[in-house]
Amino acid sequence: MSQESILGELREIMIDVFDVDDLEITRATTAEDVEEWDSLSHVRLVVAVERKFGFKFKNSEIEGLKTVGDLADVIAAKTA
Amino acid sequence: MLSDLAWLPAAAPDFRERVRALRAEAAAPGEQYFERAVALATAALDENQLGQLARVARDVAPAAPAAFSKVRLGLIGDGTLSLLAPVISGSGVRHGLLIDVVEGAYGSGVQQAMDPTSPLHGAGLDMLLIASDARSLGLHRAADSLEDADARVEAALAQLKLVVQGFKPAVAAAILVQTVAPPLEPLFGSFDRVEQTSAFAMVEALNRRIGEWAAEGQIVVVDIARLALSIGLERWDAPRHWHASKLSFAPEMAPIYGDVVARTVAALRGRAKKCLVLDLDNTLWGGVIGDDGVAGIALGQGSAAGEAFLAIQHTALELRRRGVVLAVCSKNEEAAALLPFREHPEMVLKEDHIAVFQANWTDKAANLRAIAETLNIGIDALVFLDDNPAEREQVRRELPLVGVPELPEEPALYPRMLMAAGYFEAVAFTQDDRDRAGMYQANAARAAAVNASGDLDSYLASLDMVCTIAPVDSVSRPRVAQLINKSNQFNLTTRRYTEAQVEAAESDPRRHISQARLVDKFGDNGIICVMVADRQGEAWEIDTWLMSCRVLGRRVQEACLDHLARAARADGAQRLIGRYIPSPKNAMVRDHYAKLGFTLLSEEASGETLWTLDLAAYASPELPMLVDDKAVAGAALELQQ
Repeated sequence: MSQESILGELREIMIDVFDVDDLEITRATTAEDVEEWDSLSHVRLVVAVERKFGFKFKNSEIEGLKTVGDLADVIAAKTA
Repeated sequence: MLSDLAWLPAAAPDFRERVRALRAEAAAPGEQYFERAVALATAALDENQLGQLARVARDVAPAAPAAFSKVRLGLIGDGTLSLLAPVISGSGVRHGLLIDVVEGAYGSGVQQAMDPTSPLHGAGLDMLLIASDARSLGLHRAADSLEDADARVEAALAQLKLVVQGFKPAVAAAILVQTVAPPLEPLFGSFDRVEQTSAFAMVEALNRRIGEWAAEGQIVVVDIARLALSIGLERWDAPRHWHASKLSFAPEMAPIYGDVVARTVAALRGRAKKCLVLDLDNTLWGGVIGDDGVAGIALGQGSAAGEAFLAIQHTALELRRRGVVLAVCSKNEEAAALLPFREHPEMVLKEDHIAVFQANWTDKAANLRAIAETLNIGIDALVFLDDNPAEREQVRRELPLVGVPELPEEPALYPRMLMAAGYFEAVAFTQDDRDRAGMYQANAARAAAVNASGDLDSYLASLDMVCTIAPVDSVSRPRVAQLINKSNQFNLTTRRYTEAQVEAAESDPRRHISQARLVDKFGDNGIICVMVADRQGEAWEIDTWLMSCRVLGRRVQEACLDHLARAARADGAQRLIGRYIPSPKNAMVRDHYAKLGFTLLSEEASGETLWTLDLAAYASPELPMLVDDKAVAGAALELQQ
């Protein structure tokens, strides 16, 4: 799966998870940039990503995530 | 099946747009807002979609159409609760509820309960949900000794009881206590069930105690342990989420969790379904009766398909035994549709189990409306079971308030799908529930009788009615509380009281509470009326007057008024004051007091009216029934003392 299509899917997921009308994300986007992205919505984000891409994260992988790019890289590796 | 809400259709492809549309008009809800919201919520939504619906519920609350039932639900418990609130609230919309969840502070349930200044105490809660976890109750690790195990179970129970006691004055309607999912990891293995120091055995012991506690009527149980086992503890419990976020269960289980909580709240609000409407061909038997004939349909022992259809019939019959009314709605010639009921030796369901039998070629939505009308219940009290996806779709589109479960292609799974959906969730079970389905049957017989006799008075006289009016006691209390919480149509004020409040009213010298039962030649209708009146000097104000719709048109209200008049007179009162508070469902009693000869005192803009009846001028009517009043004698006795 290309980085571009992963980012596209992530954007769709985030709009639902954060319940926002629209959202622009790049690989550099972090939780700081999105008001609705807090520790609880982060749990829902993780679950929604798992559901969409069909794998489970380890806690250690989640803890290492800093940016949307980090998340996309884990997804790319897990779905390769 | 359970965890993905498989009895519900998939979410609308344009869910996001539709939820935003509902949100946009929340301040001024348009036509059919209630139906549209319930329809959108009646789908297998994930936790994010439920969260979006929760926002709709919050936004629309101030201007909500009256069809919604509003509930302020406190939530306290172990672990992170913030994930639970939106799914409970979002699932509530599916059940016609606007649940405003007020979260307690993290942990510390006991402290919040004991501290009257804690925010939950002042929140005006209707209900409270206590969500516990074995890991916070100290039951997730084996005990050191049998004494230690006992002590830990008792301590866990005592802690829950402290919380309930502390919050009781702050909660108007009901306190819901969850059972606790047992730990998955065995210590000894199968021997865990034998060895009472094991975590598994301790959790089982606590859950048993919670069940016994609920049987006393003080709390309502939400059986999360059973839910977790049904889904499978392996999928339910997610240690990584407990360690990372103190989530008590896997977050992907949130949608089913939310629905189970919401359906319990709905049952408490009298919104559980009352009637199961069954399709026939390929739903109750395999094949098409009109084509295959009695000998050709698949039903009965000996074939897998035949046994599967037997199983769904047994499920329906069990539901009927607990008071769910059964009806049939089938596209068939009536004579053909009746054949298996009359002639097939393996039919479990018989003709007289079915209260209304609609076999014709009219569309099913129209037939379902007719069934609701005949039974005198709301369309939202129906569940419709049909193997045909096109029929299900038509009914869902036209009647979004009818429960229409998806069915898998495999008939062996029909019972599981129907029952997993939780349409008939109950919070109590009384003798009257047991008898209810039979009473609807008797009503159908009475309807036939009135047609035969032609005029109403001679018909009523022919019924040999005996109306027994009595004080409320421990035997009648559960049914009285149930009526108070479920009656919507013939209910003058729609004031809801818990069993504990009813008990308090029985011994309150300022209150008069009585109940009426009606027996006739077709059967015992059970307790069909509850009256609560407050003594206010020279007047008695009728706080609550409700009747079961199954005895409408029988002049029971006149017998009840006569009772109230005599009780009030015996107490020295000069007047009866009646109040009508309009609700979305009680328009039928708007003129109740006028019809009984009361005089209008005042009318408010809301439609609320106040009435008075001069007891000096009141004369007892001639009634077509025997009235045995055991409640006025009691009042007279009190006077003498």
